[in-house]
Amino acid sequence: MSGKYSFDEILAKFRAEGSIVIVGASLAGLRAAEALRDKGFEGSLTIIGDEAHEPYDRPPLSKQVLKGWVPADHTKLPRLRRVDADWKLGVAAVALDRINHLVKLGNGEAVEYDRLLIATGTRARPWPNPAEAALQGVFTVRTVEDAAGLSAALRAGPRRVLIIGSGFVGSEIASVCRDLDLAVTVTERGSGPLKGALGGVVSEIAAGMMRDAGVDLRTGVSVASLHGDETGHVRSATLSDGTVLEADVVIPSLGSVRNVEWLEGSGLAAGPWGVGCDAGCRAFDINGVVTDHIFVAGDVARAPHVLYGYEYLALEHWDNAVSGAEVAANNMLHLEVGRRAHLPLPSFWSGQFGVNIKSVGVCSFGDEIVFTQGSPKDRRFAAAYGKNGRIVGAVTFNHGKWLPYYAELIEKSAPFPPPPPGYDRPVDTSAYSGVMPARFPDPREPSGNPDVVLTGHDPTDRNAEYRPRSH
Amino acid sequence: MDAATAWAEAMKFANRPNPYPFYEELRKTPVAKVSEKTFVVTGYPEALALAHDPRISSDMSRSPSGLFGEQQAQADATRLDPVEAAQARDWSMLVSDPPEHDTMRRQFMRHFGPPHTPDLIPSMEAMVVDLANSLLDKVAERASESGSNRMDVVEDFSYPIPVSVIFRVMGAPIADEPRFHGWVMDFMQGADVGPEARTAEGQAAAAKAAASMAELGIWVHDLVERLDREPGPGLLSAALHDDGPDGPVSKPVAEANALLLMIAGHDSTVNTISNCIMTLLRNPGSWDLVRDNPELIPRTVEEVQRLQGSVQFFPSRWATADIEIGGTRIPAGSAVFLVWGAANRDPRKFPDPDRFDPMREDNEHLGFGSGIHTCFGGPLARLEINAALEVFLRRVKAPRLVVDPPPYRHNQVFRGPRHLWVDFAEITG
Repeated sequence: MSGKYSFDEILAKFRAEGSIVIVGASLAGLRAAEALRDKGFEGSLTIIGDEAHEPYDRPPLSKQVLKGWVPADHTKLPRLRRVDADWKLGVAAVALDRINHLVKLGNGEAVEYDRLLIATGTRARPWPNPAEAALQGVFTVRTVEDAAGLSAALRAGPRRVLIIGSGFVGSEIASVCRDLDLAVTVTERGSGPLKGALGGVVSEIAAGMMRDAGVDLRTGVSVASLHGDETGHVRSATLSDGTVLEADVVIPSLGSVRNVEWLEGSGLAAGPWGVGCDAGCRAFDINGVVTDHIFVAGDVARAPHVLYGYEYLALEHWDNAVSGAEVAANNMLHLEVGRRAHLPLPSFWSGQFGVNIKSVGVCSFGDEIVFTQGSPKDRRFAAAYGKNGRIVGAVTFNHGKWLPYYAELIEKSAPFPPPPPGYDRPVDTSAYSGVMPARFPDPREPSGNPDVVLTGHDPTDRNAEYRPRSH
Repeated sequence: MDAATAWAEAMKFANRPNPYPFYEELRKTPVAKVSEKTFVVTGYPEALALAHDPRISSDMSRSPSGLFGEQQAQADATRLDPVEAAQARDWSMLVSDPPEHDTMRRQFMRHFGPPHTPDLIPSMEAMVVDLANSLLDKVAERASESGSNRMDVVEDFSYPIPVSVIFRVMGAPIADEPRFHGWVMDFMQGADVGPEARTAEGQAAAAKAAASMAELGIWVHDLVERLDREPGPGLLSAALHDDGPDGPVSKPVAEANALLLMIAGHDSTVNTISNCIMTLLRNPGSWDLVRDNPELIPRTVEEVQRLQGSVQFFPSRWATADIEIGGTRIPAGSAVFLVWGAANRDPRKFPDPDRFDPMREDNEHLGFGSGIHTCFGGPLARLEINAALEVFLRRVKAPRLVVDPPPYRHNQVFRGPRHLWVDFAEITG
């Protein structure tokens, strides 16, 4: 070894007897803890979670749980190995003191760390009027309690369910409601469902799925107020067009809010878009300088991505939490040469109205779309998204087995449109042939909150949010 | 050795027990031209990419190759021109492209797996365990009568289990099984994509295979006709009388896919059971390891599929456009063989690829293919192999291979031992 100081020795000591604190006891937090032990960390490990539950899986909460296939408390995440951690569950981190290396908790305790992982994720954006939000029958869906409560409410046979917002969660819940044969209205301020993630062309196909399933989809409409009966149960809503709609269950599905408030005053690059970090999961301070001991993973992280013009990406995707946690764990235990980059090709899935939707890349980074395979009319197809003549994303409806092909093209920044397939090209109508504008919403246009957010170039940018705070 | 020579060697019957050194030679050019219009793909990333590339067609009626290889296909004066091919589209899903492929796969999968038929595959486990036990009982009985503690694993154990299961699943009369077995064996001996197809012996075997396939075709035709008239239990009848979103299958579609599922639905499973037993016995210590740790059986089965895939490749694919891959340009109209058996030993994907390691991590082998044509019956096959192997490991004491390598069937594609003689100390109850 050359050099006068041996940082390797310090690192070896840290790996043997240091302390790591993980704030956030969900998917990213658990997988990071497992990865730390896998990679030989033998020091003390503390996991702090504001929910009282052991880590559980959230995707089923808007699908199988609501449908009644799985009880809400049966989605605990499988444990891949023992983690020998000190679990502090049901207590929130409320502040970070970087000078003294302390995480302060809601119960007054303070936990010391040598290295810290921020994995506090997001929460459901609440209905903006607190009194209306507190009415019985009003549910957001993020936690196991949310899903248990909503599941019971759906089983009680409401006259009508009102879903406010038609992003993925809102659309999935609408699908479950129709499976349960419940009358359901979906209001969408923008022009259609899933538009933020997949653009207007695909949004129209998704709207057709909804309407064919019997959903009362109303676009260009928002909800002005909710009204309860004398027992405090929601019974109706007034829409922005003046319509009064009777509904016994109301589900504001307005996207998510990143859990960063506890980092106020910490001097980190934390804001409404998440905590800025480098591609190695190391947090930036407010000046955009990388920190040494603080790492970020999961929904709350935003990092520059080489495939997308080095713009900061915030990815609220399941696999991003898993792979980000593994990279963060690796980099907590290594110096420069052993560090890895977290450059995931984003991917997600959804199930709704009998259609399996899968996507790779960042479709909303593109501005053009071409249907490449299958039949949009039959809701079985693959489509690619392009920008400046290269492919940046793809989506499949009931065509998921083709996705690896597009993933490889995206990873290679292959030309757009991709070469035509040898068979099964979309022929049904001219509406779906050739390259066309993808019609993503103008960023200034009010619409649902997409779960991939391109958040600009500046890690400390707190001014990127266009969405008004009140709905 | 040039690629054409290495491929010819890999296809020769004499090298059936171990084509792998020739695959390794071929892999120096992961996508290699081996004859006028045939390219073979032996690299893992290249095979994986092409399996998912929509410019690669599986419509074998338009490929320059076929089940009997490129030479045979060219010599075959009865080849259909595209117009005739379109009219006579009684091709199974394996050799069709979307959207026809997708429709067929949905129509059959509805009656085979989840979400519509979640219980069929799990319900076969008890049948497999009972069969495996009764087959070993028979071997034990024969041993005590004859005094010879020798069994042919293929005939006595591996074959009867999957064939009984597939007859049950499909709803075919088990009494016809001996005739069926004969026809399939003639095919396995006669279908040859290698250099020996041109010999007089090869031509004779091919003729016999073709004749037996014709008889098998008539048998399937009659079965479909009967089930069309008289609905019965099983997948085939269900597909013929379906009221699902894609409607019932036509009789020609039923015939083509029944033939596919009857053959592919048992033969590869037979070979994998035999290959598992052979591989464990070849590797000192691994038999005891897996017998004492039955939780390793699923990994063992996957590792054997990686090393001894029972479908080495399938000669259906061809390029609909010029494709650049792995440093090679495949011109449009070329046959493209994705050689799973070679890709599964690519050191770029699998460290120490020729080593049998029942503990191997991240074993993303291509033994069941990849992409839209991924093995339809894979979940059933995995269940059968796991359950059968578990019984065999538990009951057969101190087994050892009598002849290694064992004699192989002729066919290169559906590769497996013809016999696998094993001596044992005892078969316990």
